[in-house]
Amino acid sequence: MSEKNSAWPLWEVFVRSSRGLSHVHAGSLHAPDKDMALRNARDLYTRRNEGVSLWIVSSNDIVASDPDAKGQFFESPQGKDYRHATYYTKSEGVKHL
Amino acid sequence: MAAQNESGGKLSAVLSPEEQAGKDRFEAIIAEDSRIEPRDWMPEAYRKTLTRQISQHAHSEIIGMQPEANWITRAPSLKRKAILMAKVQDEAGHGLYLYSAAETLGTGRDELNDQLLTGRAKYSSIFNYPARSWADMGAIGWLVDGAAIANQVPLCRASFGPYGRAMVRVCKEESFHQRQGFEILLELSQGSEAQKKMAQEAINRFYAPSLMMFGPPDDDSPNSKQSMEWKIKRFSNDELRQRFVGMIAEQVKVLGLTLPDPELRFDEETGQWIHMDLDWEEFKAVIFGNGPLNAQRMERRREAHRDGAWVREAAAAYAAKMARKTEVA
Amino acid sequence: MSTQKTDHSLDSFGDSSASATRVTPGNALRPEDIAIQKAVPSEANAQYALRLGDDALILAQRLSHWISRGPELEEDIALGNIALDQLGHARSFLSYAALAWDKTEDDLAYFREEEEFTALHIVQQPNGHFGVTIMRQLIVSIFQHLLYTELLKSSDETIAAICAKAVKEVDYHRDHAIQWTLRLGLGTEESAEKMRHAMEILWPYVDEMFKDEPLYDELGDAGVRPSTLRAAWDEEINAVLADAELEIPKTGSAMSFGRQGQPSEHMGFILAEMQVLARKHPGATW
Repeated sequence: MSEKNSAWPLWEVFVRSSRGLSHVHAGSLHAPDKDMALRNARDLYTRRNEGVSLWIVSSNDIVASDPDAKGQFFESPQGKDYRHATYYTKSEGVKHL
Repeated sequence: MAAQNESGGKLSAVLSPEEQAGKDRFEAIIAEDSRIEPRDWMPEAYRKTLTRQISQHAHSEIIGMQPEANWITRAPSLKRKAILMAKVQDEAGHGLYLYSAAETLGTGRDELNDQLLTGRAKYSSIFNYPARSWADMGAIGWLVDGAAIANQVPLCRASFGPYGRAMVRVCKEESFHQRQGFEILLELSQGSEAQKKMAQEAINRFYAPSLMMFGPPDDDSPNSKQSMEWKIKRFSNDELRQRFVGMIAEQVKVLGLTLPDPELRFDEETGQWIHMDLDWEEFKAVIFGNGPLNAQRMERRREAHRDGAWVREAAAAYAAKMARKTEVA
Repeated sequence: MSTQKTDHSLDSFGDSSASATRVTPGNALRPEDIAIQKAVPSEANAQYALRLGDDALILAQRLSHWISRGPELEEDIALGNIALDQLGHARSFLSYAALAWDKTEDDLAYFREEEEFTALHIVQQPNGHFGVTIMRQLIVSIFQHLLYTELLKSSDETIAAICAKAVKEVDYHRDHAIQWTLRLGLGTEESAEKMRHAMEILWPYVDEMFKDEPLYDELGDAGVRPSTLRAAWDEEINAVLADAELEIPKTGSAMSFGRQGQPSEHMGFILAEMQVLARKHPGATW
């Protein structure tokens, strides 16, 4: 019973591999609290100089889109190719545009 | 259709429209060789198979720490001590990457760990063999990690995204493991007679068990076919074993040592390596708990878990106290 | 199966392998570089490096035993990192000391007798339960951090360079020990009791860390008299222990003289294990 209570929660780890780049999800780990999670992440995910910065997020706090609704959720941008520069072909060949 | 029921993991023959849509999408993703992600619909059997495979893989990394950890304190030079320590530590890391992937399928680490400690989960049988000499550190690196890498490289493309990504990370780190093992053997083979003998004996002991790491022959491997259809596995057990034998048959020449297999030869006609018969009865006996060290390995794991209980409880209690403090403030 | 609802699936955000496994060795000073450097230490400086190296080596040997035995896998890795750091410091200091006597780090680690070692008794103390290891880490890492910080100004350039790397790593060891001391001190009644027990068995070996010896007369600005670190050490550890609601026990001070070649009883066992293989094959390379 105490064993169940003492199970450490899950944390998601994001690593910035060098300045100028985004933090990228690396994986998860277990830790009793956020301070230890940060330290454990350093030991687990940056043993080979893989990072200059870490983000830790409690896995329970992640809000994610529903994969079953993938169709509707990501449908809108489909077909709106005028959002991309390549849509505008008439100006091709004009310099610095 | 029975096959559909099986892969759908549902007892009822009729799928709800949502399930049918999920199933169709699952099959389309597999067919176009894309990746399944944790929140996608997937057949229960796919989830089960992966949870079993990934967690067994993780358990193997964790139990696999023991034979090598035993030699950290006795490593014969400080450089070797550092390398071995880093390697065993990596194995803990690999176990964690894999548990992390397995957890995305919905089973928590607690439960996975419990499956290991209560003997409900299996792990790679090779770690139930003793590491008696320093040369075993070489043989484990070269043969055992070598076989593991041969197995793992194709898994980087496994259809389940988190598994593939964990394997990419593992494979990148693992390449040093095999090299350091080979170099241990190379140093020994160029050393004194006693060192050379130590190296040869280690190879003799680990050769057959490392070939068995690829699993039973294809005609005796019932789960392989489904795993290949789901694109979890990309090559059959025998194909991978072939590839591995071919590699080590060449590498052993550099060591000036021999593989303990008088039947080993490349058959030009079939393009296959012929190797000695492997003792699959022994393999099964070890898997089912009767290897030389199954009891010892498990007890060491249980002991660490037991001895750590008060620490885990204290840390959890502290976290709860701090959380309450923040709430009040 | 409620866990399935919780999203553990951050893995679906981009390619985690693309940047996060970039491997670079960095450009830190390595023991291998020191072993082939031209600058040879004086006898006194070599003796000093030997002491620093012995402390780190024996501590690394002790800590490495935790790998595969930690209270949680994450902690196996943390303690493994700390052990590896300490081993790295040991190798650098010993490689440097060895230059004075035309020896190697391995000659010094594997072919000296017990009474030739100079390690403090505190690092020779057994791991005990996790709380004992953490308390030993707290005591030693605060000490090492203060010492290495001062040694950045050492007139011996190699010692200063080794400390420049080591001090950052030891700073992390100190942080690790502090974090755990807080959690174990304030966690449960059981954990607090275990920490009190750890302090009782370790505190007798605290004073030895701060004993000056005649060697310091010869060292000049190359070394730091440990007695000068005591006040800062007291202040720092007292603050941590107060936060963790732990009280320093009223134990006396043991007559321990590790620096003078009088090791603890543990040392024989430590060396028997560490040296057994190397000594079976004298002259061998590995």
